[in-house]
Amino acid sequence: MYTPHTESEIREMLAETGANSLDELVAVPPAIAIKRPLELPDAQPETTLVRTMEGYAARNEALGYSSFLGAGAYRHYCPPVVMSLAMRGEFVTSYTPYQAEYSQGYLQAIYEWQSYIALLTGLDVANASVYDGATALAEGAIMALNATGRRAVLVSRAIHPNYRAVLRTYCRGLDVEVDELPVAADGTTDLSTLEARLAEGRYAALALQTPNVFGAIDIPAPEARALIEKSGTIPIAVIGEALALAALATPASWGAQIAVGEAQSFGVPLEYGGPYVGFMAATKEHLRRIPGRLVGKTVDAEGRNAYVLTLQAREQHIRREKATSNICTNQAHCALVATIYLAALGASGLRACAALNLARTQRLAEVVTAVPGFSRAFSAPVFNEFAVRVPAGTTAAEVLAGLEARRILGGVDLGRWYPELSDCILMCATELTTDGEIDALAAALASIVARETAAVR
Amino acid sequence: MAQPEGLLYSKEHEWTKIEGDLATVGITDYAQNSLGDIVYVELPRVGQVLKQHASVGVVESVKAVSDLFTPVGGEVVEINGALEGDPALVNREPFAGGWLYRVRVADASAPEGLLSPADYEALVAEGAH
Amino acid sequence: MSALDTPAGALPATMRAIPEPLIFESGAPGRANRYFEAAPPLDQLVPAGHGRAELPLPDNSELDVVRHFTRLSQRTFAIDLGFYPLGSCTMKYNPKVNDAMAALPGFRDLHPLAPDALAQGALAAMYDLERILAELFGMAAFSLNPSAGAHAELTALLIAKAYFAKKGEGATRRTVIVPDTAHGTNPASAAMVGFDVLSLKSNARGRVDLAAILDAVGDDTAVCMMTNPNTLGLFEDQIAEIAAAVHAAGGLMYYDGANANALMGNARPGDMGFDLMHLNLHKTFSIPHGGGGAGLGPIGVAAHLVDFLPTPVVAKAGENGTTSFTLEFDRPDSVGPMRSFWSNFAHVVRALSYVLSNGGEGLAKVSQLAVLNANYVRVKVREFLETPYDELCRHEFVASAQDLKRETGVRALDLAKALLDRGYHAPTIYFPLLVPECLMIEPTETESKETLDAFIATFRDVVETARTNPQAVLDAPVATPVRRVDETRAAREPNLRWVPPSTP
Repeated sequence: MYTPHTESEIREMLAETGANSLDELVAVPPAIAIKRPLELPDAQPETTLVRTMEGYAARNEALGYSSFLGAGAYRHYCPPVVMSLAMRGEFVTSYTPYQAEYSQGYLQAIYEWQSYIALLTGLDVANASVYDGATALAEGAIMALNATGRRAVLVSRAIHPNYRAVLRTYCRGLDVEVDELPVAADGTTDLSTLEARLAEGRYAALALQTPNVFGAIDIPAPEARALIEKSGTIPIAVIGEALALAALATPASWGAQIAVGEAQSFGVPLEYGGPYVGFMAATKEHLRRIPGRLVGKTVDAEGRNAYVLTLQAREQHIRREKATSNICTNQAHCALVATIYLAALGASGLRACAALNLARTQRLAEVVTAVPGFSRAFSAPVFNEFAVRVPAGTTAAEVLAGLEARRILGGVDLGRWYPELSDCILMCATELTTDGEIDALAAALASIVARETAAVR
Repeated sequence: MAQPEGLLYSKEHEWTKIEGDLATVGITDYAQNSLGDIVYVELPRVGQVLKQHASVGVVESVKAVSDLFTPVGGEVVEINGALEGDPALVNREPFAGGWLYRVRVADASAPEGLLSPADYEALVAEGAH
Repeated sequence: MSALDTPAGALPATMRAIPEPLIFESGAPGRANRYFEAAPPLDQLVPAGHGRAELPLPDNSELDVVRHFTRLSQRTFAIDLGFYPLGSCTMKYNPKVNDAMAALPGFRDLHPLAPDALAQGALAAMYDLERILAELFGMAAFSLNPSAGAHAELTALLIAKAYFAKKGEGATRRTVIVPDTAHGTNPASAAMVGFDVLSLKSNARGRVDLAAILDAVGDDTAVCMMTNPNTLGLFEDQIAEIAAAVHAAGGLMYYDGANANALMGNARPGDMGFDLMHLNLHKTFSIPHGGGGAGLGPIGVAAHLVDFLPTPVVAKAGENGTTSFTLEFDRPDSVGPMRSFWSNFAHVVRALSYVLSNGGEGLAKVSQLAVLNANYVRVKVREFLETPYDELCRHEFVASAQDLKRETGVRALDLAKALLDRGYHAPTIYFPLLVPECLMIEPTETESKETLDAFIATFRDVVETARTNPQAVLDAPVATPVRRVDETRAAREPNLRWVPPSTP
């Protein structure tokens, strides 16, 4: 209990209000009153509570395993300085900075976040955040629908399946069609039908993820870019692994007008899926269609630099049913974490971290494909994850189960999302992946294959 | 306050001035005053054909936003380019330099459903009591 | 001399006057990277032709980063610094133990794609919280999928759409009824599902009018969205009759749980006839607001809507001792997923921790004391400011500066700014829209009588100063890091990011 009232204070305050009892204050008509005692847990003192919660945490046995899981959520190093600053009470327990004069610090931090995202994506403006990568894609698609007046979007099948699923959820609500482009043999998006598809003139947006769900760098070649440009379809870049932005060509460099994605990699803990932090950036032509909050720099009555929530007339609390989005609460604190992370690492740290991700992943790929029977499923270059095909006659699920028995989480079974890839595992290595873990994985794969082979004989 | 003569007014606080087959459209002083500092005006495109009373744009202030319902139908022939750099012109000169767009009206006779200056003044007086 | 002449504010005086440069305006290239071992140069590793040209981000020393963000924190007001009576936002104390529990490595480092069998603690926590919420609010089931209140509203309306489509009424049920006291997210969410919004005027008692509802409902009614108590802090006492009218027309009742702190444990939306509801766990269940998110907006449904809940659903198998939990994705009637991964799980931990530390009886008491605090402040504020709906309120109430403005020229906005100078956050102003010069005050249950008395005295002093020396209030704030901010300039000439100086 965190209520400070003593019994005598309650009596005194009740008398002031004219009510006779606390029950009277919350009374409702008999017809809708609660009819029986509610079956709810008893209160636990903090000492008991901590044991209870530690009990839940202890049942997450995955923590004792070495892990090659990625696919939209990445295990990265977060320097302690990040949480030490982000968890300051002023940041944690403030609300949306509607009273600008009392929120200059947080507003400036969000302005810095918007700047970081704009610089990383190469685009003109970024918003104060959206829920996560998947909803960022949905909101980006809505921006394109509003900009073009068209009622369909075209997306690559190599976009994270969860992102596409959320996009479909949103689009069902809007009665908007979602069409897909297939995956080519090298693991990138098959753009061979692009000209014909775009010629239909139906698509508000073309969304491509890079690196895509198979880890492959997936950006359109110059000829495809020219097709997109003249089609009036708005190219959207989707980024599932924000760290890649530190190393790879920016979305702006290949003509994306909108970039959406997930910035969990910038210091936000895995936490079984959330909260993470979605970001959105766009060219300035789309400024007034961007959903959610925007912080702007201006001056105060004495001419000093000041920050304030701006262009609020786009938002739900003013435009109501005509707003660009219904978003209100966003992911401010996760965006703050990411901002502090980016400040702490700097360009040098980010480049070093990205280099380690590339190096570890290249080594992981070499070592795993050196195990007889294992090969890269796709040839396109990757950042920090890739698809591995398991030996013929086995499935990804069987191999992963074998690894699990050896306390290794070997990656994601791609059959989970792509039935035709049920013999493929998506493996990820980051700066935290050690040589020892990679060697142990390879040894385990070899022994699983040996046992399978022996079993077949 | 008297409303400028020679204009017709809509209940949504737009005005129009019809000269031959051209009609100029703007928002009234009352409208700009209720909105406050105008920061952005979204206008229809030149060439766009407007239906009378349809929502064709948006006038945005710091803390409010108002749809623009066109008091006259027809094809847009000109928009006020000065507003992009200086939307406050609508605040300063709602009936002059702050005009919004011009349309070529299909039917030169007076459009239906609009108010005279006196009737509009009565409407404003009622709303502002 | 009035205390207003020597305002103190709440933020450290030393930090107030010193502007903090942007992080981009400090540092020197090569000063960073103290965290990672050497790797081959990036351009040797990046696949040919795929590298980015430059990365124009600053390199700062860790100490400079620490000072920068510490200074920014000192230019930010928060519950941890002082009373925050921001109506409709439920700015209660955020217990620190909940943050500590969310940071347990067993939760913090758990990957969302870990096999279910190795994530049983997380799944059990989600399942247990869902069941507790269902019992506490009288719904058949809850989903922890939506990320915030508005996200849950969207989910609920998608559910409604799917439900009517399945019944073959998708083409006709196009209207969502929203009272004028509703949060702006309600109509905005309805628009995102293609519904038409029918706005309903409140009656003289500040309630949704039963006659108006009877008039509004029909074959086209899809959903009626209400919050109870409403944003005036008033209990909708005809809710049973309203629900009956909407149900008789074939529509669904939606409960916006933004104000659930007023009834938790004392009344249940399920008993009032609501078919769908959401909660803002970042309000009612003490999850910190974090400057505007992340939140967690669970959605609850009655039995006939369970099949439409978003995926995945946490399923439980087995009984005592041998229970196991799985994430279930194969739900043919589901609206589909609303987010990348299952839930804002760290907040599930915080909310569960909060529920268990209070217990069922404690939660009911929380809500009673929230209502007590609101009424206590209300009867005191009534002595110096108009309170348009003069009756027992629930967790919040509205006052109006309309008369004050007429007499002195001082508006709600000016009172708000003057409170900042005196170390308080301002109430919510200009919402709900139907009360002119509105100040909406929600003290929450975690504030002591001393704190409330001190706030009331200060507020009284501000209003009295407005009458005797209005200019002093009109000039506020003066004790904040900046004075009133030029919002017009911000919107007319949007400057939304730092731009690197162009290299010669």
